[in-house]
Amino acid sequence: MVLPPLAGAALNGILGRRFSQSVVSLVGCGGAGLSMVFALLSAWVYSQSASQPAPFIHSYFTWIQAGELHADYALYYDRLTLIMTLTVTVVAFLIHLYSRGYMEHEGGYYRFFTYLNLFLFMMLTLVTASSYPLMFVGWEGVGLCSYLLIGFYFKKKSASDAGKKAFIVTRIGDAGFTVGVALLFWTFHSLDFQTVFTRVAGLPQGGFESVLTAIGLLLFLGAAGKSAQLPLYVWLPDAMEGPTPVSALIHAATMVTAGVYLVARSSIIFAHAPSALAVVGVIGCLTAFFAGTIALTQNDLKRMLAYSTISQLGYMFLGCGAGVFAAGIFHLMTHAFFKSLLFLAAGSVMHAMGGELDMRKMGGLRHKLKTTHATFLIATIAISGVPLVGAGFFSKDEILAGAYEGPLGRPLLYWLGTLTAGLTAFYMFRGLAMTFYGKSRVEPETAHHLHESSYKMTIPLMVLAFFSVVAGWVSWPKVWPFNGSEAFDRYLDPVFGPATAALRDMSPEHVGGLSPEALMGFSIIAAGIGVGVALWWYLKSTDIPEQLAERYADVYRILTHKYYVDEFYNWLIVHPLRVVSEKFLWHVVDQGSIDNLMVNGAGESTSSAGGILRQIQSGNIPSYAAWVLLGAVLWLLYIFATR
Amino acid sequence: MNMVPLSHYLALSVILFVLGAAGFIFRRNIITVFMCIELMLNAVNLAFIAFSRFLGNLDGQIFVFFVIVVAAAEAAVGLAIIIALHRNRASLNIEDVDSMKM
Repeated sequence: MVLPPLAGAALNGILGRRFSQSVVSLVGCGGAGLSMVFALLSAWVYSQSASQPAPFIHSYFTWIQAGELHADYALYYDRLTLIMTLTVTVVAFLIHLYSRGYMEHEGGYYRFFTYLNLFLFMMLTLVTASSYPLMFVGWEGVGLCSYLLIGFYFKKKSASDAGKKAFIVTRIGDAGFTVGVALLFWTFHSLDFQTVFTRVAGLPQGGFESVLTAIGLLLFLGAAGKSAQLPLYVWLPDAMEGPTPVSALIHAATMVTAGVYLVARSSIIFAHAPSALAVVGVIGCLTAFFAGTIALTQNDLKRMLAYSTISQLGYMFLGCGAGVFAAGIFHLMTHAFFKSLLFLAAGSVMHAMGGELDMRKMGGLRHKLKTTHATFLIATIAISGVPLVGAGFFSKDEILAGAYEGPLGRPLLYWLGTLTAGLTAFYMFRGLAMTFYGKSRVEPETAHHLHESSYKMTIPLMVLAFFSVVAGWVSWPKVWPFNGSEAFDRYLDPVFGPATAALRDMSPEHVGGLSPEALMGFSIIAAGIGVGVALWWYLKSTDIPEQLAERYADVYRILTHKYYVDEFYNWLIVHPLRVVSEKFLWHVVDQGSIDNLMVNGAGESTSSAGGILRQIQSGNIPSYAAWVLLGAVLWLLYIFATR
Repeated sequence: MNMVPLSHYLALSVILFVLGAAGFIFRRNIITVFMCIELMLNAVNLAFIAFSRFLGNLDGQIFVFFVIVVAAAEAAVGLAIIIALHRNRASLNIEDVDSMKM
């Protein structure tokens, strides 16, 4: 399952330059497609096998063997892995198909598919790894591919800068991850998932709690870097410089969810460190709200989607942090479908508009882009949490309910989450309205070229739209009027059961209050208000937003400048770093010591020594002979003297 | 019959070597310089033979054969070089040959 993308990447990477486009796309999509087929096959085999729900572990070869540290290249396959691999491969395959159309007229066709396949390989390594070191390989691998793909248009300075920013900011998180893993090894003398999890599960109540809290916080730092949570989210909006399929695959559906996967996979560790888990939940909730407010005023379609991604990732962490890991993973899955759909549809719009992303220059596109409009609408409904037809409704509602009544749930988290749900509905419908409805604000020249994308791009859109609707139906909530069984949660119970049970033991008292029906009702109302206000403001009386922006100019300015976080980081970190680098490291250390003293010094001393010594090289043969003789005589004297 | 003692041979060898070395350094004619090299080589040969006889083994004589072979080869190549040099520069003064100087 893991290997076909790697083979595809190798083939395209080495020979792709000479292949025609059709061969490249055949190899690229073939790699992803085969991988999807294998993922489906292994899911089927695993479901049939007698051993399930226990994890299936198969070691292929020993990778590291150093002292106590033993890491195999091994597969760890349980129900969580099954869901992750299916989500990743299906979305990846569809995006590969879409890219065939999208990248047709862009340069570097083979390079793009090489990176994409390599990314898929790394992502699958990440989710199927059986130990932390191997997971780290995939973790860094996807980071690398993300860097390469963000900076895909490497001739554009902003793109290569964005790539570097993403790489460096996630590096901060990775440092946390590495230290956390080291601490884990120091405590448990193993990094193997199974060994570590059994040992942690066997701990008595509160055992090793301080160490586990530190580990949990450090792992979460890594997750926050990768999954763009506060305070390390700043790289994700800039990452939109990459080609749109990349934004969809890496920065919406798969890579950024790796952090959530890490937290969910380590659920048992977090269960024994409830304070770390509480931090996860609070940060997730704050991020969701924070990014949601920024998204309100974004005019760039892709950037709005990026902030929305950050916000939704915040939801996933909120779910995990409240102790309902299954809800977090559920939202991860549904989000992967509808958010990649949103991005791909945005890409289709961009394609039609000749690269224009400013929503103020769109409007009324639904007549020209029928398929795109329909799929975008479905995805918007899904993300906004419209009941029944939107997958996001089911997963988000489960998270919100968990935030209220989960083991670590707090009413405040619930209310903030519900408010964010309203914001989400508002900004998504605002985007929809500005792009597809109302009067056309398209510039005449662009309007002339406006066209629906080819079937290569629209078919993946339709498939994803299908998934965006039905993905939610796998798990009906228990509440009236659905009376479902939460099948998804029960399916993942063998994976998260121990963690949830441990958490429940720890906080037996339960905050009553609102019934589940009421909780769901509030989130529906919030979404409804969001949708209604958005449609009213942006379709009916379109002057209200402007009036509001004028009246609350300060707030509006802060929001459009994204709370000045980038500027703050510049002032706090980048600027001092630059000053220190320039004044001290460059002028004193580099120019002063290294350049002048060492490099130039070495050169000058050699050449001046040579200047003296060259006197000897007179070119006069007898003088050479005299030197030889002198040397021989001195040598003999030395020998006699030391007898 | 009285054996000539080893020290005499060595003294002769040293005298010959010093003559050769002095000639090599101070003479200007390339042919003379060349002959001085031969003189030094043969001084060394003499020392080898003397030691060989004195110590009663054949090592020194074997070395001498090698030296003679090398000297012959060197003479052939060296004389050829000198002829080529003479054709090019019309001079056999060693101080004219300094184009290797930087």
